Amino acid sequence: MDQIPRIPINKWTDTGIDYLQAKWGSSFEIFSEHMEELILSLQDLLIALPPGLIIIIFALLAWRFAGKKVAMFAIIGFYLIYNVNLWEYTMLTLAMVISAVVLCIIIGVPLGILAAKRIGAHRIIWPILDFMQTLPAFVYLLPAVTFFGLGVVPAVIATLIFAMPPVIRLTTLGLKQVPEELIELGHSFGSTFSQMLFKIELPLARPTIMAGINQCIMLSLSMVVIAAMIGAKGLGGEVWRAIQRMEIGNGFEAGLAIVVLAIVLDRITQSFGKSNN
Amino acid sequence: MAKIEVKNLSKVYGNSPEKAIELMEKGKNNEEIRKRTKQVVGVRNVSFSVEDGECFVIMGLSGSGKSSLLRCLNGLNRASTGSILLDGQDISRVNTQELREIRRNKIAMIFQRFALLPHRTVRDNVVYGLEVQGIEKEKRNEKVMHYLKLVGLEAWADYYPSSLSGGMQQRVGLARALATDPDILLMDEPFSALDPLIRQEMQEELIELQKKLQKTIIFITHDLDEAIKIGDRIALMKDGEIVQLGEAEDILLSPATEYVGRFVQNVDRSKALTASAVMVKARSVVYPKDGPLVALHIMERHSMSGLFVTDRKGVYMGHITADDALRIAESKERQIDSIIRQEAPTVSPDTTLADILEIVAYTQIPVAVVDEDNILKGVLVRGSVIAGLAGERMDA
Repeated sequence: MDQIPRIPINKWTDTGIDYLQAKWGSSFEIFSEHMEELILSLQDLLIALPPGLIIIIFALLAWRFAGKKVAMFAIIGFYLIYNVNLWEYTMLTLAMVISAVVLCIIIGVPLGILAAKRIGAHRIIWPILDFMQTLPAFVYLLPAVTFFGLGVVPAVIATLIFAMPPVIRLTTLGLKQVPEELIELGHSFGSTFSQMLFKIELPLARPTIMAGINQCIMLSLSMVVIAAMIGAKGLGGEVWRAIQRMEIGNGFEAGLAIVVLAIVLDRITQSFGKSNN
Repeated sequence: MAKIEVKNLSKVYGNSPEKAIELMEKGKNNEEIRKRTKQVVGVRNVSFSVEDGECFVIMGLSGSGKSSLLRCLNGLNRASTGSILLDGQDISRVNTQELREIRRNKIAMIFQRFALLPHRTVRDNVVYGLEVQGIEKEKRNEKVMHYLKLVGLEAWADYYPSSLSGGMQQRVGLARALATDPDILLMDEPFSALDPLIRQEMQEELIELQKKLQKTIIFITHDLDEAIKIGDRIALMKDGEIVQLGEAEDILLSPATEYVGRFVQNVDRSKALTASAVMVKARSVVYPKDGPLVALHIMERHSMSGLFVTDRKGVYMGHITADDALRIAESKERQIDSIIRQEAPTVSPDTTLADILEIVAYTQIPVAVVDEDNILKGVLVRGSVIAGLAGERMDA
């Protein structure tokens, strides 16, 4: 057993990170700045809008897609958040979740399509997804900080790693579940690749893809406290601060706000998948 | 030139079809090939041709290779060997772009389980082929409504497929296939998923439509009654091969193999066989100018109580009875033209036995079979009809 000397995975990793940092560090910085700008302007926008308006928007969305009960819950829940002075923090968290989820969709859905279409891509992507989903978040928190500094950008990147796999997996699953006869239908009428994709496969896979996006949102929300440890503000930051100061009551309030946000987003996006024949 | 010409077509599923084809040429059977090469033979050296406007039925049980064969015709399956000429163009050798064009314009498919897109309304399902063709919107909608009317579903245009019955869903499938105005329709067991009554209704509708549209149809079924009803010609498949190809009556009356024979056993012969298959030759006729004594003499010789009358060209004129002939013979009339009766029913050679039975049951004398030019082609006697039902040919 001991014939083979220790394999220095740790040193290799450090060297690799250092190399990337030296070679691409400035590019990461520029990327980080642009992304921060985008996320911050979304945060500013959400905070600038009157809380009443946002509550009404959520209530209407919930009413339209998920029914009266969810709409009532949204109104009461969001009012409660406003009442306990957590509104701004909630908007910061919402902005971060939206950013992460939008990125997950932009990156994840095409990758999912690729994995469904090309077995080679599937063979490469799948083990990476296993890796992303099981590697403890704290392990990639540090490199994220190394590349993107402290703040909201590394938080979003870390969230991305944690929350993107279900989008990819379920997009692939959804496409593979399209009945063979409908694939034949598309081909038999002479559809091109993109006609197949946009007219047949994606519409039919939509409920499954929506389930993936729904999972992505929930996972993003579950990352907010961890994200706070590398400088993301918002509800996660409040919970983190409360933990550090042993303020059980404040911690509970912020936690409750996360739950309210999660339930409303979950119910609305869940019904996106269903509300169509 | 034939519309579709298939020559020595084989389809092998697996990663190295060459090995299987080699064994196939040595005459090994499919099971042996599968064991030795792990390749599955779907279609085995099949040749046939289909004329423009013909309805060609491919029949066989599941696993006989009929669906594999059908899918070779529009390239959903790529043929392993052999050629498939559509209007002279070999579709097993065209490139992707050419194949796409052929599928868009020339050949459309109708599916067993309808294959409607659940997220689109009936209208938007029918429009699919036109959308793929890239036809502009107004023109598209006009065509769609035309074909929806043709299948009687114009009132359902804005419904989703899930609110339609099976028969209606398949009509949508039919309208969708017709909308691109293809020459060739591939129908993959289109009515198998329907209730028996709806199925019959759809078969009749298809026959009516076909009279109007004159498409070249390749129709797949496992139901011989359906094959006989719809097909101009029938190819019977087993283990990837065509075991018999011919018109319904050829297959019914002279099954090529024991397998076909067993297949044919349970068919409803009364719907499959027509007058021309069971009629006997009119052994004796008289002409209007003949005298009553001649007629009586012929009747006596064949021990019959009546005779059919034709002119010299064989055109059917009616019949005479022995009683009438005797009467005018006594009154010394010289020609029988005054006693020709025309009230007896006649049938055309295409009339099915089911329809004939009714007529024969209520008619005293044999029934005349006449063609569209009113030429007397033969005679139906009870014995020959019953023999036909029992599955034997009665030689006159």
